[in-house]
Amino acid sequence: MTTRRAFLGLLGAGAFAPRTWAEARHAYDIAFAPVGDGVWMLEGAAEYFSKENGGAIVNIALLQGETGIILVDTGPSVRYGEAIDLAIRQIDPRGVSAVFNTHYHPDHLFGNQTFASKPIYSLEPTVSIIDRDGDALADNMYRMLGDWMRGTDVVRPNRLVQGGEALIDGRRLSVLELGGHTAADLALVDSTTGTLIAGDIAFLDRAPTTPDADLPRWHAALDTLEGLNASQIIPGHGPLDPSGASIRQTRDYLFWLEDTLRGAVLQGLDIIEAMEISLPPEYAEMDVQPGEFRRSVTHLFPKFEREELPRAN
Amino acid sequence: MLVRSLSVLATLFWAQGAMALEGPQTPLEDPMRSGMWDYLQVELLEDPADIQFDSRIKLSAPVSADDSSSVPLLVDATAIDDVARIIVSADYGPFPQILTYYPEHSEPKIALRFKIDQATAIRASVQTKDGRWHIGSTYVDAAGGGCSVPAQAYADADWEEKLGEIHGKIWAASSRARVVIDHPMDTGLANNIPVFIVQHLDFEDPDGERLARIELHEPVSEDPAFSLYFEDGTMPVSMTVSGRDNNGNTFEGLLSSDTVTH
Repeated sequence: MTTRRAFLGLLGAGAFAPRTWAEARHAYDIAFAPVGDGVWMLEGAAEYFSKENGGAIVNIALLQGETGIILVDTGPSVRYGEAIDLAIRQIDPRGVSAVFNTHYHPDHLFGNQTFASKPIYSLEPTVSIIDRDGDALADNMYRMLGDWMRGTDVVRPNRLVQGGEALIDGRRLSVLELGGHTAADLALVDSTTGTLIAGDIAFLDRAPTTPDADLPRWHAALDTLEGLNASQIIPGHGPLDPSGASIRQTRDYLFWLEDTLRGAVLQGLDIIEAMEISLPPEYAEMDVQPGEFRRSVTHLFPKFEREELPRAN
Repeated sequence: MLVRSLSVLATLFWAQGAMALEGPQTPLEDPMRSGMWDYLQVELLEDPADIQFDSRIKLSAPVSADDSSSVPLLVDATAIDDVARIIVSADYGPFPQILTYYPEHSEPKIALRFKIDQATAIRASVQTKDGRWHIGSTYVDAAGGGCSVPAQAYADADWEEKLGEIHGKIWAASSRARVVIDHPMDTGLANNIPVFIVQHLDFEDPDGERLARIELHEPVSEDPAFSLYFEDGTMPVSMTVSGRDNNGNTFEGLLSSDTVTH
């Protein structure tokens, strides 16, 4: 039952509601779950960038180091970086000791600003792409996310890393130098727990994204990851994978996508017509479908078309 | 006297200018409410008297352009009879006109890809043979910059060897033709690279009769790609596509079906 006083209170709150509502709207909901000995995971929303989710669509992994927390990927904005920094200090009051960026996509890297004074590791091409395209990527993020992005500057990784064994803040890691989702995709295996942090080479129950895809290279990367027989996989997007399903699902989807689009070219379809192709149930039920499929059509169709259509002169 | 005449002249010019600002002779209620339509109705379509928005003209494009240098668009005006030409345009951007399509013996329907510079209304202005205009619209959101980035071709050292390569085919069963022409389609706005675009493409049947013509402008995407559609039973067994760019390069290709039926 609503008392008169409570009702007036609600009315009074109404005057401030737009502001408090806006602030609430622009607060990221950060929750790290322990998934192993000194390993935590934050599962991002299985969605596309929106003003509702603030771009918090990516998985973040944490590893316990000797002097603090090793952070893998930093999220879409400085506001997000600050939010995970706070949450990380609940786990280890010393905060972040080192950072990895798995690849250059903004949802994985635009939280770097908060950790700019720490070593931020990435593969070399990630840095050169950020130097070339960082501002354009930031413009697009501001367009899609609006006020969530306020104050966000592009901060490039400040340490280059190569494939091989590495000791980062006392934690033994295997660094894998891969590609195919983008020009350079880094994955990590934590030697202590056997956990594979796959970046966006592996997706689970969320449709893979293909704006920079090199499909043969991506498949080779998936084969490499499968050969590791990791104890568990933290995919770039989607839930923790204890069984390797993320690798199989990503591989199957990418093969289906390529077969379907090459077939559409050979049937004489245009991009817009190919976007209307209905998905088999196992891919239709992935998160962000059919939107992600349609984006993939625009990414991949022109190349397949040039390869499949016969020369006419 | 001279001074007075000059001032009368000046007044006349001013009045004409003011009239132009007052808008088109046939004001329309723009379903996209874009703010630029009145201007384009006058400048691009030369202020026709008989003009209307027409929901029978369907434009299909992604709601949001993922790649601003290549936005797919399908224009379908098959619900309109006796179409003479279709002008495809963007309200906002450095070049409003994308292309003009003359479906002489083809259906008034065309698929294309174009560069987009910002979020904008996209129009298909369809003129019938009696001179009337029917306008279809859609809206595409975009990150922008599509007209001012260099063509991706220049990332490859051998782009000049591929210039003018044509890929394509016709499909008799579905009465359509598709063609892709390798060309950078430079708008002149990127990195001091001068304008370098294919200006027109003609499609002819084996007897040399023209079936359709496309006039291209700067916003057509790099490596222009088009689908043309025909009425059932009107597809020739093959067709030639020929074109020319503004540097005088000419291209010609033969589109045929790979299934031989006798």
